[in-house]
Amino acid sequence: MSFIEAIRLALQQIWVQKLKSFFTLLGVMIGVTFLIAVVSIVGGMSKYMSEQLVGKVIAINSFELRRTPKINFHGDEETQRELRRRPEVRIEDIAPVVAALSPGTRWAAYAANGFNVESRYVNKPKPASFFGVTDQYFEIKRMEPAKGRLFAPQEYVNAGNVIVIGDEIATYYFPSVDPIGRELIIKGAPYTVVGVMEKQGSAFGRSFDQFVMAPMNSPLGRLKTPHGALNSIMVQTPSRDGMIAEMQAVREVMRTRRHLRPSQKDNFELETSESALEFWNKIKSYLVVAGVALPAIGLVVGAIVIMNIMLVAVAERTREIGIRKSLGARRRDIMSQFLVESATLSTVGAALGVATGFAFAKLISMVSPLPAAVELWSVFLGVGIGAGVGVIAGVYPASQASRLDPITALRAE
Amino acid sequence: MSQDIIEAPLGATAERQAVVRATGGAPDKDWVIVTRGIKREYDMGGEIVRALRGVDLAIQRNEYVAIMGPSGSGKSTLMNVIGCLDTPNDGEYWLNGTRVSSMSEDELARVRNKEIGFVFQTFNLLPRATALHNVELPLVYAGVSGVERKRRAREALERVQLGSRVDHRPNELSGGQRQRVAIARALVNNPSILLADEPTGNLDSTTSEEIMRVFESLASEGQTVIMVTHEPDIAAHARRVVVLRDGLVASDERQSAFMEQLRRGGV
Ligand SMILES: Nc1ncnc2c1ncn2[C@@H]1O[C@H](COP(=O)(O)OP(=O)(O)OP(=O)(O)O)[C@@H](O)[C@H]1O
Ligand SMILES: [Mg+2]
Repeated sequence: MSFIEAIRLALQQIWVQKLKSFFTLLGVMIGVTFLIAVVSIVGGMSKYMSEQLVGKVIAINSFELRRTPKINFHGDEETQRELRRRPEVRIEDIAPVVAALSPGTRWAAYAANGFNVESRYVNKPKPASFFGVTDQYFEIKRMEPAKGRLFAPQEYVNAGNVIVIGDEIATYYFPSVDPIGRELIIKGAPYTVVGVMEKQGSAFGRSFDQFVMAPMNSPLGRLKTPHGALNSIMVQTPSRDGMIAEMQAVREVMRTRRHLRPSQKDNFELETSESALEFWNKIKSYLVVAGVALPAIGLVVGAIVIMNIMLVAVAERTREIGIRKSLGARRRDIMSQFLVESATLSTVGAALGVATGFAFAKLISMVSPLPAAVELWSVFLGVGIGAGVGVIAGVYPASQASRLDPITALRAE
Repeated sequence: MSQDIIEAPLGATAERQAVVRATGGAPDKDWVIVTRGIKREYDMGGEIVRALRGVDLAIQRNEYVAIMGPSGSGKSTLMNVIGCLDTPNDGEYWLNGTRVSSMSEDELARVRNKEIGFVFQTFNLLPRATALHNVELPLVYAGVSGVERKRRAREALERVQLGSRVDHRPNELSGGQRQRVAIARALVNNPSILLADEPTGNLDSTTSEEIMRVFESLASEGQTVIMVTHEPDIAAHARRVVVLRDGLVASDERQSAFMEQLRRGGV
């Protein structure tokens, strides 16, 4: 008997007993639903973490010299105390750090804080993040102006009263006019908008478009760092390998400057996108364990139910088996008929589970900030697991069926 | 055992010789069926029921044989053994010159599929399958591809005048029509023998006649037919009648002689 024939027969059998089949499938369906939902959400978060969040916050092939990590999920009090005790990274650190870098390495320093912006066009002030940046900042962050221009070299040197603004600031203060060439008032002083940056998007409800940036030496920049404290010195190398060497160089400069003995730990942070992702990978491993354990329970229950249903089916259809054997069905024909039936049953359940799993993941991503990514391989995995469970659950009933003696089976009623 | 053979009342010397000769090796190819000393016993919780107590039988190609005998005489048991559905406890059975007793399970399945067409009293159709699909089944197990299968199944149904009922399920067919579907199914793989165990047992007399005409015409076309029946007038269609009694062949007669015996009221 051909495989297609067997599947057709199995689907027919399922269709005849729709309700019973549905309940049979429930276990496998729930198991696969969980699996797909978890895989989708974990996958979605992973993608989001690495591409959106961390990628936005820390540029590629780059590291930042900071006082404390930007993305900080360390919960314990000990670590927090240690972080609070660290000295600031300061403007004076720039020159020695930069001196230690290989030629061709990009660097930029910035200082940031929140201020209110005022404007002639809109009365209600809006809070914004202020950045004083050095000249290679935009290159490293791969930020391009959507309108206008970036700062000219002499504006960095001469500390001109010029700013570039984020998309949200632009639409808020200049809803109907072109912001280029117009002024915003910050701490009483007017600044001319020379550029509006491309939209950066948001992560976990935090917008990346509410910023105002000025050259670091500008009055605004100075305002930002009254005591010369910096948020970060960013270093970007052409390749990933170079980054490690540069990090080592910067570490040594800083340790020397801070007179750290070899036994002492760094009291500054060299943060890369990978180190920022570490915490996430930890969470992910827990999620994956839960994401496997939960469906596994569903699948085991599903397998037991299917096995029982198949045993009942064999008992109910003993006469059919007798008829088939009397017409020349071999053991393996009967065996494969019931195995395929069981596998088909289970695969249909798994397919339904894939569908509900995606729906579930979609629903979660709609009502919560958790993103969901539909992964094609998880469809195959879900359906494959379904078929596997069906085959395993079907082996015993199918072999019972195949062993029936034809004449005994024919006499059954 | 040898005593059994000598005592077994074989109707004609040719049959006896076929059985005796089979002792040494395979019988002549002309003999579709040769059984020697077939025994089938059932252990009913200590009490042994002897359904067949040493049956010798030889049936040639193209014969139309009726098997008669009182209830419980072992007719169905013998048919099941001949149809390879049941295994005897003792004795030998050659089908088309091949010893069935030594066959593996898969070989038996192949024989049931290719060599034997079995028609049951209770039809034994798959209730949820259409007439066509029921007739297709033996071809499915023979590995015949879909299109070819459908064509041959349709052809077999047309042979039993059911060409217009291919898509009907058993419960949408009359008893006679169901039995004709079963006959088509039995014939579809061109078996060397057609076995029928009381094929008209569940049918009224008019329908029985109709079914008998089907067997009659198959036999006249050269199909080897072995049929169990209780009705002398149905047995009258056959050209040879084997009577079983208590698990043994009580008589084995060509029809002409048997008819005489009937007239004398001897069976
Ligand atoms: N599966 C079985 N278990 C126990 N005894 C059986 C079994 N099958 C048949 N028998 C016994 O074997 C004997 C022969 O049975 P069989 O069915 O061959 O008779 P039969 O000639 O076909 O009778 P009928 O005309 O009533 O169909 C009977 O005594 C019956 O009770
Ligand atoms: Mg009987």
